[in-house]
Amino acid sequence: MPRVSALDMPDVPQGQLPPHLELQRTRVLCNSDAPIHTENIQYSGAYASMGVDNSDGLNKFLSNFKVEVTKLTEEDMEFDMVGIDPAIANAFRRILIAEVPTMAIEKVFIANNSSVIQDEVLAHRLGLIPLNVDPRLFDYMSENDAPTEKNTIVFKLHVRCERGSPRITVKSDELKWLPNGSEFVLATEKQGSNSTAKPKTYTSFTCSQDTMPEFSSNPISPKYPDIILAKLGPGQEIELEAHAIKGVGRTHAKWSPVATAWYRLLPEVSLLQEVVDERAEELVKKCPAKVFDIEDIAKGKKKATVARPRACTLCRECIRGDDWEKYVSLRRVKNHFIFTIESTGALPPEGLFTEAVKILEDKCESLLTVLS
Amino acid sequence: MAMMMSSRHCFKVKWKSLTLLMEHGIHADHSAATFSIENEDHTLANAVRFTLNQDPRISFTGYSIPHPSDARVNIRVQTTGDPARDVLKDACQNLMGMCQHVRDTFDKAVVDFKRSKVVDAMDVEH
Repeated sequence: MPRVSALDMPDVPQGQLPPHLELQRTRVLCNSDAPIHTENIQYSGAYASMGVDNSDGLNKFLSNFKVEVTKLTEEDMEFDMVGIDPAIANAFRRILIAEVPTMAIEKVFIANNSSVIQDEVLAHRLGLIPLNVDPRLFDYMSENDAPTEKNTIVFKLHVRCERGSPRITVKSDELKWLPNGSEFVLATEKQGSNSTAKPKTYTSFTCSQDTMPEFSSNPISPKYPDIILAKLGPGQEIELEAHAIKGVGRTHAKWSPVATAWYRLLPEVSLLQEVVDERAEELVKKCPAKVFDIEDIAKGKKKATVARPRACTLCRECIRGDDWEKYVSLRRVKNHFIFTIESTGALPPEGLFTEAVKILEDKCESLLTVLS
Repeated sequence: MAMMMSSRHCFKVKWKSLTLLMEHGIHADHSAATFSIENEDHTLANAVRFTLNQDPRISFTGYSIPHPSDARVNIRVQTTGDPARDVLKDACQNLMGMCQHVRDTFDKAVVDFKRSKVVDAMDVEH
């Protein structure tokens, strides 16, 4: 991109930046030694002296912002988000990882564990199991709250490997949902067991969870039935109750609703001058991501074209050595995000993103409330 | 009989809500202030800094997290004359507007994608 000398610039501002500054503003240039112009210029008056307004303004944002979904399955999705600042895209990513709530096992009551896996290791493994339940149907449980049907899900696990039988593998499908709450009676209740009233347990459910319309047709269970929890040898036994509550990934990663949520900037590969014949073939061969293709032009001549820029991994092989940097320019579009969300299963990925945006909105709203 | 084992040692669950601790500034001059916000981090502060920076009334804005183990951010707002508090409120409002638009656009894109998938599947059948 040729630089424009200040002396050659028009006397009257044209309302747009000279091309080299526009390129610096909107693209990261990935040179063979290091990327340059990686910063984002946010200040609205950054180019005021050239008569250019750098602010996006809400209206400009509303008309320029675009989303296009490229992949969507039950577990993961990929979409392009164009025309947004990294500050906001990154806020969505951070919220997805650390602040969208899910349900996860938090307390494990172990009645018997004669397996080789230690209590605390088993409890930790149980905590990490993704549960197939919509967290929006539950309340947070604070330190002083009693566990009720509104904030706790109880699972039972009771497996025994009989003497003389082969070893067994305990998988997550052995966790059985107890819609009526805990079955373990509180120790304090044991002495005075004269009354006919139901003995007090570790939870105080007022009704059964499976009578709630949300769960009657859709029982709660671990999302995947084949997660290995422990192995039992002959004569070993595990009996426990696991209580799941609502939480966020900020407290512990087990509550994070995503396996990963990440984005990359759209790669832009441009040929600064025509690459022909042997050089074209060399270029196609250089690129391990197969970004370039060869096109036949007149008289048996061949020319390299950029066929698949999205496949570019920024390995920079194509600009290594010789004077290749004069031919190929690798760039990233600063406001084009290729966003990927991998859900752990409680909510579909598109639902997670919507929740994340709502959480950022809630944050703004509470800041507004405290400011007024 | 039952032995209790917490799968984590510390027990902190309740989602902590944002609180404005204080606003530092000079009484006579409302155009510059630092807002100290508890229970927030880069997520909100960086996004708000962006919307603040987009406001032409801003002469300087930035944020800092004074100590990584305190859940607190300080947002500095200096304006060309308008009360800093009002400009910050507008920035929040703008950020909310952006979020709403992101959500609407995203939902629409998902619906479009699902519809195009259905059409593709039908094309394959015939």
